[in-house]
Amino acid sequence: MRSIRQNVVCRRGTGLASLWRYLLAGLGLAALLVGVLAVVYLTAPQSAQPVGPDVSRTKNTDNGLFVASFAPERGVVRQGELESWLLTLKTKAGAPVEGAAISISGGMPQHNHGLPTSPQATDYLGDGRYRIEGVKFTMGGWWQLHFAISASAGSDTVLFNVVL
Amino acid sequence: MKRLFRFLALTVAVILGGCGKPDFSDAEKKTIASLMLSALPQLKPDTTNRFADVPAAAALGSTLFFDLGMSRDGTVSCSTCHKIDRQFQDDLPQAVGVGRTNRRTMPLAGVARDPWFFWDGRRDSLWAQALTPLENPLEQAGNRAAYAHYIKARFGERYERIFGPLPDFSGIPLNASPLGTDAEKSAWNTMSDPQRDAINRVYANIGKAIAAFERSIEPSQTRFDRFALDLVTGAEPKEDAAFSREEILGLKLFIGKANCVTCHNGPRFTDNGFHNTGVPPVADLPPDRGRVDAVAQVEADPFNCFGAYRDGDVSACGELRFMVKDAPQLVRAYKTPSLRGAATRAPYMHAGQFSSLDEVVAHYAKPAPSVEGTSEIHPLELSDRERAALVAFLKTLAE
Repeated sequence: MRSIRQNVVCRRGTGLASLWRYLLAGLGLAALLVGVLAVVYLTAPQSAQPVGPDVSRTKNTDNGLFVASFAPERGVVRQGELESWLLTLKTKAGAPVEGAAISISGGMPQHNHGLPTSPQATDYLGDGRYRIEGVKFTMGGWWQLHFAISASAGSDTVLFNVVL
Repeated sequence: MKRLFRFLALTVAVILGGCGKPDFSDAEKKTIASLMLSALPQLKPDTTNRFADVPAAAALGSTLFFDLGMSRDGTVSCSTCHKIDRQFQDDLPQAVGVGRTNRRTMPLAGVARDPWFFWDGRRDSLWAQALTPLENPLEQAGNRAAYAHYIKARFGERYERIFGPLPDFSGIPLNASPLGTDAEKSAWNTMSDPQRDAINRVYANIGKAIAAFERSIEPSQTRFDRFALDLVTGAEPKEDAAFSREEILGLKLFIGKANCVTCHNGPRFTDNGFHNTGVPPVADLPPDRGRVDAVAQVEADPFNCFGAYRDGDVSACGELRFMVKDAPQLVRAYKTPSLRGAATRAPYMHAGQFSSLDEVVAHYAKPAPSVEGTSEIHPLELSDRERAALVAFLKTLAE
């Protein structure tokens, strides 16, 4: 009888101890999680914050067919004016891409609208350079210009971001 | 102890001094500088109108602008709606000429800087714009043959000194136009091609003279410009150039959280573009789809930049050449109006939909979806105090 009781007490004791153990383990795990999160948060702030669009003026086209460069013909971008830009197309080996058909679209991804003008490739200037006329940025902010390029080497696309 | 007291006094003085001075970041100052009237570049020559900067043409244009004879029944001139003492607008929700139109009269300050004209941009030059109300049956309701006869009779000598000899009017009907009544249209069709061209040329010159006059109508300096100049030069704002706390808050919201400056940018507070901002239609007016319907109109206009009546070479026609012709964003898109002087010229929007700036700001804070097309406006969280501050700031552009 006594032993049974002891046994019961004992069991009860074991039960309490395991509860504490679980609690401690839980707390430990929570602390570990907090620690891991803190380390991730502190060591990788760049990836946790919003990144601005890639505004590089030279890019590989989406399927890697061409290397495209896009720059204002007069060197500066002036808001609210019709401007000419130059799209330069080279092969990966650096040879100029000639006779390309280029169509242009774009807009402001944050403002739910397209371009205020319809820019067109109006001239081939040699050495892979195409004049893109009728480019106009009417507002400050993030603009996108999307080029669909078709040449003898094949068709490819490229997107340039312009932030004013 | 004395030193501590002095330090405390200095601290208090710095804090108090700081309260009086508006606190703007460098980025904010840069934006504010871009809005100042002094940032407005010199008016470019209009090569499509070789009379644009000829004083005699501007003088004749001014006479014509105010002349009631420039209408079908002698009761309406340009100045009927573009009132000289009211910023060249008429305070009405929709303009009233010979009849009631479906659009709000636009003010004229700085109009010569626009790439597109009317709320929907259905004309591409100031001189082509000036011709349109002359033949609109709801505005001046005349016809181009009658205007040409009138010019010869009233202003023949002045006209010829500027534009050269008037054509031979023998055999030209008194009333004729490709856009007029059936009788006027059939009279137009009886004319020979050279006769039609001769009348069109006189008619285009009427527009060019009026445009030459309108080029002189420019925005004037406001309290905002005085405040901004002091702010960017670091001078102490004096007298009315000092902004109240509310006006400063309004300016900060305008260029910041409220995103107004996205479209209302530059010294004229406009991007010269067309946007659907979900402004509701007016119940009893005909359907109005804005820019999307204006594209075909400007392309069909014989007085557009590609037409035979343009002076100079075609390189001036970039806007028309690279115009967006077919895009969902054009549906119910209307021109961004300048905000200079806006506070003293209610009602607002393309058909006078809103009677006060409070209503305008309330619309942008809680935009309804557009009845057609898609509104570009993002909803704003603005408190009552912030809305009032925006209105207070807008008033500084009209003082």
